[in-house]
Amino acid sequence: MAVTTQPTGFSSGAEAAPGGRRSRGAPAGIHGSPWTPYLFLAPFLLLFLTFVVLPGILGIWISLHDWDFLLPNKPFIGTQNYADLLDSESPQFEPFWSGMKATGLFVLISVPFLVVLPLLLAILLNRRFPGRTFFRALYFAPFVLGVAVVGLMWRYLLDPSFGMVNGVLGALGLPDDTPWTTAQPWAWISLAGVTVWWTMGFNAVIYLAGLADIPAEHYEAADIDGASAWQKLRFITIPGLRPVLVFIVVTTILASANMFGQSYLITKGGPGDSTRTAIMEITDLGLSQYRMGQASAMSYVLAVFLALISLVNFWALREKKS
Amino acid sequence: MRRRNGPLFWLGMGALSLIFVGPLLLIFLTSFKSQSEARTVPPTYLPQEPTLRAYDVLFFQDAASPVLRWFANSMAAATMHALLVLFVCSLAGYALARMEFRFKNAIFSAIILTLFVPGFIFLMPNFLLLDKLGWLDQIWALVVPGAAGAFGVFFMRQFFLGLPKELEESARLDGAGAFRTWWSIVLPNARPALVTLGVLSFLANWNDFIWPIYVLFSPERLTLPAGLSRLQGAYTIDYPVVMAGAMLAAIPVLALYVFVQRYVIEGVANSGVKG
Repeated sequence: MAVTTQPTGFSSGAEAAPGGRRSRGAPAGIHGSPWTPYLFLAPFLLLFLTFVVLPGILGIWISLHDWDFLLPNKPFIGTQNYADLLDSESPQFEPFWSGMKATGLFVLISVPFLVVLPLLLAILLNRRFPGRTFFRALYFAPFVLGVAVVGLMWRYLLDPSFGMVNGVLGALGLPDDTPWTTAQPWAWISLAGVTVWWTMGFNAVIYLAGLADIPAEHYEAADIDGASAWQKLRFITIPGLRPVLVFIVVTTILASANMFGQSYLITKGGPGDSTRTAIMEITDLGLSQYRMGQASAMSYVLAVFLALISLVNFWALREKKS
Repeated sequence: MRRRNGPLFWLGMGALSLIFVGPLLLIFLTSFKSQSEARTVPPTYLPQEPTLRAYDVLFFQDAASPVLRWFANSMAAATMHALLVLFVCSLAGYALARMEFRFKNAIFSAIILTLFVPGFIFLMPNFLLLDKLGWLDQIWALVVPGAAGAFGVFFMRQFFLGLPKELEESARLDGAGAFRTWWSIVLPNARPALVTLGVLSFLANWNDFIWPIYVLFSPERLTLPAGLSRLQGAYTIDYPVVMAGAMLAAIPVLALYVFVQRYVIEGVANSGVKG
């Protein structure tokens, strides 16, 4: 049917236009009407424009207003919301930067472990042994759980008085009174540890896919040369994983900078406000107190920070390649 | 590779298994304890007097926390969300993989660009849009906005690019239209990708936390994760009940995972290599 509507007169209509020989906008080769591709795209584009493009712009617009969701009046105030974040006299200054500091600390504490431990796990799982697929699936399992389940279960397990983490440590003859959720630095250690437990399998699986692409001959040649395990890691595995490593470092930093549920559920932002992350400040201000102008400005500042960090990472990790 | 894996290796594997699965086992056991046993010092591991009290409270006793309703809400939202993602992404991904049209590169670049934009900047404006649409405190708030993400389109496009063209071309020669070809030739051949994307979308939606806690308000409209976090009420937490609730949220996704773990793991692995 569609073929018969081909106005160009190619007898079959099929395979006639390899790689854009036809002028742009002409009937789309084997796909009939020139509108067909847009019809295929329409449902997604409708959602994309409504819930991604429009809010991306609307967010900036909101951030330029004193936008209180509950008040009818939302006066335009220019860049005042952004200026307030830099003005130590303003009431937003302290909570915002203390949230940024908490987020930064969590990134610094968690990311090294989230990058290194899954690599070691992946190297272990990359050996050949019976039950390999089973163990890989087992270690990945916590990642399919939501942060609500993970947060609630660890809040109980880490309870300083009756929690089983202290219980197990006590049974092993170690101190059994560590205040895992109620004092620093334990609260950060707990949040980072829980995040490692939860998401380690994700990074490990990505490393495993990268390891599978390193030719086995490289290791065989290294064995013949009598290379140590460390030398093989340093000179074959890590260089071979470079693109995967860039991906892991960048996505892990972004994921850790988005940390919300763990401290919302396990430490409730405490002790004090020490684990109240930037995302907690933003959602609390914007979606609980409905002060959306301020909160939008904060979210754009955080986004710019993250974009800069990602760019620096791409640049730093790519550089060594050449 | 040729090295034998000795007892030390298997000891390590066992220890790691304990670390990853042990905590889940412990909270499963805790859900069968009495409230006081869940708080004994030192803790018991096996319930000394096993009881179904926590499940009884969870399902039947607490009218302010309709847990079965939350379960149904989560199931409905995650299922509809996954179907919506599959529909819009397999259509758009197919057009971007196989068709030539004006602005194709511009559209694709714009979609991919948003992969790098952090999701939290959409929280406030999407809340306002939902308010305008009358979707706050409605299931549509959970189903629809998340389906606009770029990942699914990118994922399906990559899959279609790797699919041989011959089948579609012969269908076209037989006179099938573009939609017929997509529906009856392309989609059946895309089953592995559709299962992977469907499962990943279902899991993400079932597990979502930050969005439902802010866009849902009525107790009977909550999802399981949003409701469970409210079970940690102001007064003393009834831990066996909370752990039973956590089990209720965990078991469906763990069961799904057991059946399709290969698809989930391969989907994740590909996201890194191709991404």
